[in-house]
Amino acid sequence: MKIVALVKSVPDTESKIKIAADGMSIDPQGIKYILNPYDEFAVEEGLRIKERLKDDTTVVVVSMGPERVVDVLRTALAMGADDAIHVGDPAFDGGDSQANARVLAEVIRTLSADLILGGKQGIDYDAAQTCAAIAEILGIPQALIVTELKISDDKKTVTARRRVEGGDELVEMSLPALVTCEKGLNEPRYASLPGIMKAKKKEIKKVGLSDLPLKADAVGAAGSKAKVVRYHNLPERPPVKMIAGDVATQAKELARLLREEAKVI
Amino acid sequence: MANGILVYGEVRDGSLKAITRELVGAAAQLSQAGAGPVSIGLIGEPGATTDAAVAAARALPVAKVFVARDATLGSYSTQAYAMALQAIIAASDAKVVLFGATVLGRDLSARVAARCGASLFTDCTELAWTNGTLRVKRPVYSGKVILELESTAALQMASIRPNVFAPAGAGGSADVVDVPVSISESDIRGRVKETVRTSAGKKDLTEAEIIVSGGRSLKSSENFKMLDELAEALGATVGASRAAVDAGYAPHSMQVGQTGKVVNPKLYVAVGISGAIQHLVGMRTSKVIVAINKDENAPIFQKADYGVVGDLFEFVPRLTEELKKLRASH
Repeated sequence: MKIVALVKSVPDTESKIKIAADGMSIDPQGIKYILNPYDEFAVEEGLRIKERLKDDTTVVVVSMGPERVVDVLRTALAMGADDAIHVGDPAFDGGDSQANARVLAEVIRTLSADLILGGKQGIDYDAAQTCAAIAEILGIPQALIVTELKISDDKKTVTARRRVEGGDELVEMSLPALVTCEKGLNEPRYASLPGIMKAKKKEIKKVGLSDLPLKADAVGAAGSKAKVVRYHNLPERPPVKMIAGDVATQAKELARLLREEAKVI
Repeated sequence: MANGILVYGEVRDGSLKAITRELVGAAAQLSQAGAGPVSIGLIGEPGATTDAAVAAARALPVAKVFVARDATLGSYSTQAYAMALQAIIAASDAKVVLFGATVLGRDLSARVAARCGASLFTDCTELAWTNGTLRVKRPVYSGKVILELESTAALQMASIRPNVFAPAGAGGSADVVDVPVSISESDIRGRVKETVRTSAGKKDLTEAEIIVSGGRSLKSSENFKMLDELAEALGATVGASRAAVDAGYAPHSMQVGQTGKVVNPKLYVAVGISGAIQHLVGMRTSKVIVAINKDENAPIFQKADYGVVGDLFEFVPRLTEELKKLRASH
């Protein structure tokens, strides 16, 4: 099988997010970039499938973005991925999810992947739309937010367990298919020291616009219909009202405030 | 030229989801600002379930209800539903399509947007119609900042977080338009085979109007029952912090936060939760936040509207009692 894991370089959860002076972007100063946590589940799942099948299965990691995405590709290689592709071109800059999906879909098409794994969302824009758009462009089935994945013995179908409101859903799909990964699917491994050494030496293939059957006006800012108006800071919450007194007084007062002041019960 | 707003009416467990009413409320605001008439699109197999959803949709304040009925549209399949919705969008000639940011809404919207060459803004918390185009606000970077966006697309889609818009009131009896679809089984290469209920009858955290969440200070899964009683008195759904889930007091399906669920209730009661950033990103858009903690320096108090410093084991049962009294007196 050929497995493709899509990975993204995103700011660490702990990073402070500061809006740039023009209000149109995020100030990159001081941000630490990491492999998107949900994409770690995708890489791990790809590796586990490969280890389980014990055949000629390969795991290729693909990341789109500026030069820094090479770091997350190296992280994935160090975990055990076989190959890495950096999809990078100034023509791709400023692309929205749909434009980026067009690019990634063409890259995946050249790889003839049987299974495409991604994270349930990037923890930067939290849009959770690129992967489903890729599945649509490729005309393959999808299962998003998956916590369990089983490949049939004949390697022709997969069954995915996904979280829905009030329970789980089991989705059966024929391969090739796309799956996005949720916490609970697996516990990602740490890269081993030999893995890290090996990853350093691995060649990372670079793919640009000229390698793909796409026109410049279909990608990047030119191909995007979602335009940033501006970023806003969160509205300030009024200061907390602390409720004093003994337990009985506090309980009575809180119940009263929720009904009479906040009017939420 | 395309005009008007189409609301996708999600049917789950045989009925039209409550979010549909909120979406119609949101669409009415866009309509008042000049975006055109509001209609609802429904998808299902021929039969009583779909008929009941059509009847429920007709009673909302909308101009038309478009419905695609086909034997292939019984259980959910992203591919089949995307084809059906594309046909409905074409029939309605809508410029804007709204979805609930539910599991199904997210699954379907991204797919249909790619299929129709539309723009899509997911998980929006504000919507406006400005200069003939859709303008939205949505939380990004785990809700640390808000991004305002507008669309230049001919067809513009958005998914909306539950509990953001006030539900629309009653309407009249909208016209029903049947939309023919031709989907063959060979078009469908993925389908829901089984649904496993884990919390039957209870509102999911992502849709709950009131949530009571517990942290590690509860000390055991047994003690979470205390929260069930408080939740019962409030008509709430129970959630948990990551620390409580990691300690085994509650299942991951109850986790609120970065690696759990992002919730948007009108009231969020945090019991024994210190307020790690991981947790805050999952509940910071709640309208009213109550924090109950024995540590007066817990960061949760900086995000709360009402704070109680005290022993939760003493306070929670008292609060439950007070709420029951309050309920009985009204």
